[in-house]
Amino acid sequence: MERAGIQRMALGKAVNAGLRAAMERDPRVLLMGEDIGKLGGVFRVTDGLQKDFGEDRVLDTPLAEAGIVGTALGMSLRGYRPVCEIQFNGFVYPAFNQIVTQLAKMRARTRGRLTVPVVIRMPSGGGIGSVEHHSESPEVLFAHTAGLRVVAPSSAHDAYWMIQQAIACADPVLFLEPERRYWEKGDVDVDLAPGEVAPLHRARVLRTGTDATLVAYGPTVRLALDAAAAAAEDGSDLEVVDLRSISPLDVDTVAESVRRTGRLVVVHEAPTFHGPGAELAARIQERCFYSLEAPVQRVGGFHVPFPAARFEDHYLPDVDRVLDAVEAALAA
Amino acid sequence: MTDGAVSPTTSGAPTMVQLLDADGVRHEHPEHHADLEPDELLGLLRDLVLLRRFDSEAEALQRTGELGLWVGTRGQEASQIGAARAVRDQDHLFPTYRDHGATLTREVDPLHILSIYRGIDHGGWDPVAHGVHPYTLVIAAQLLPAVGYAMGVQRDGAMGTGDPARDTAVLAYLGDGATSQGEASEALGWAAVYNAPVVFFCQNNQWAISEPVERQARVPLHRRAEGHGMPGVMVDGNDVLAVLSVVRSALDRARAGGGPTFVEAWTYRMGAHTTSDDPTRYRDAVEVEQWREKDPVERLRTYLRAEGVLDDDFEEQLAAESEALAERIRAGVRGMTDPDPVGMFDHAYAEPHAQVEEERDAFLAAWAQHEQDLEQSPAGGGR
Repeated sequence: MERAGIQRMALGKAVNAGLRAAMERDPRVLLMGEDIGKLGGVFRVTDGLQKDFGEDRVLDTPLAEAGIVGTALGMSLRGYRPVCEIQFNGFVYPAFNQIVTQLAKMRARTRGRLTVPVVIRMPSGGGIGSVEHHSESPEVLFAHTAGLRVVAPSSAHDAYWMIQQAIACADPVLFLEPERRYWEKGDVDVDLAPGEVAPLHRARVLRTGTDATLVAYGPTVRLALDAAAAAAEDGSDLEVVDLRSISPLDVDTVAESVRRTGRLVVVHEAPTFHGPGAELAARIQERCFYSLEAPVQRVGGFHVPFPAARFEDHYLPDVDRVLDAVEAALAA
Repeated sequence: MTDGAVSPTTSGAPTMVQLLDADGVRHEHPEHHADLEPDELLGLLRDLVLLRRFDSEAEALQRTGELGLWVGTRGQEASQIGAARAVRDQDHLFPTYRDHGATLTREVDPLHILSIYRGIDHGGWDPVAHGVHPYTLVIAAQLLPAVGYAMGVQRDGAMGTGDPARDTAVLAYLGDGATSQGEASEALGWAAVYNAPVVFFCQNNQWAISEPVERQARVPLHRRAEGHGMPGVMVDGNDVLAVLSVVRSALDRARAGGGPTFVEAWTYRMGAHTTSDDPTRYRDAVEVEQWREKDPVERLRTYLRAEGVLDDDFEEQLAAESEALAERIRAGVRGMTDPDPVGMFDHAYAEPHAQVEEERDAFLAAWAQHEQDLEQSPAGGGR
């Protein structure tokens, strides 16, 4: 069905369009980051925005991540809504102190008197054959920090809407963009009314199935869908849930699915050790232990530093590893 | 100090701005004059004396177990008050956890400071209403937010308009130890690059717990400013007139759009780092005695006496006011009730968070059950 508001665009372009929409709607939305102005960002996500909104609203900052987040916090106290770009996932750590000790805690520290609506965008995950610190999945570090929200769009449509929702949110939000999916095109319905947009922290069932539930977010959603398609050829009917949000977690949607399928496989690029899959497994067994027909399976990165590019295919979950996990779940 | 050029006080030998020496003798300075009315001078003395009394009472409350910890201000009164009295209503302060003098000048209830050290909360005042950011315990972590706030001021058009009621500056406090933090360097660099209306007010109290300032830097702290592209000024931190004058002109410059300034106030922490510290393990009593002779309160008192501004009546009134403050603090702290623990769930997020709500409900249910069990136990009777 053709709708007027449907635009086909790459995920990175969708973030750009979402940022533009937010900036047009609210003059207090600012972008801050390294090389985001004239260059448009190393992934070109902010392409053209400085030209259209000026240097006061799209700031090419000094090369200092703590500075980006710390000054963004200060500007938010003055009523601004800064959106920070961290150039690569592994470069967020210099800002870790500001994120964890200041941004996350400011509201609790002041018992609700100060809110700090700062968004921190960063490319996340691997798969682009890059050098060290460019392929990490640091979501758990932030999800484990109370006061932060962590979301991860997997599609152009979600990228467009979720960045606007993150900017509108009164809490600080870590916005993880799947870097290897920046160029994947999808349909974006840009004409949705506010009530028609899925809530920021609601998981979404992308494919219904009866035999097992595959849960993924960000870059592994495409992988989960591919695995489900491959499994279908072998006669297994898998349900795929896009988690969309890591903090908070929409456990309800996953539990509802698992009650029907009886089996759960969680797929992410972050290490499985103390990873989101572990949290989800624990919560699911609390909620629907007697619906589970098999142990929860987890597929993710290993508990080793992200390897050099030539090895990343061995580190990152792929269809075979997902199907192995599905097989184990179905065999139990 | 109006054209953004580096001040002559950035380098060279006698660099410290001083208007009132340790003996309370007034000196002239080519740039700084602090021509204050008698009422203003007495107001400063009142601030210093009340802060000292506040501090000694808080320390006593810690010693009697009413506070878990106290971070003392003795010796640094002139620095904290002089800088804070240089600000205007619309300005915003980013203090450290020791800068109670700054906080009190902004009409913050002293009990809202003490509640932090009793473990009631992390600061009970309204930062927006009072123009004072909450205390930051991670060293130097308030500086980048302070610069960001100043960048917000710029974007609001509240800088360089010439309207004294509108132009706004930020006063960011830090200590000598904080200058070693990477974030401090970032903050100085950002402030200069964006020409942010912020004044960095560094109280060099010579000691970062047990580490002397020589452990933090090989150059005088104020000289770091030049490398970041802003004037660095050194001021006698025990001279309230000099501090007031130096910080006032730096704030004026920032408000006018002239950019940031770094002020190093040369002072001394007369007491321990906190009530948990024992400074006799790392510093010499002789040094402390030398600084006692430079006392910031006594020198102002001596000066005002000599000028005929201060008389016995005022002293008596001030003594009575000090005791009333102490009494109010004592009663107030002892009367503080523990907060409702469920409050910890209420402000973690501004918008609902499913897991926090779940935990809150479980906590409330478990607590209610526990209370019920106590009621029903044979020893019973609840609380």
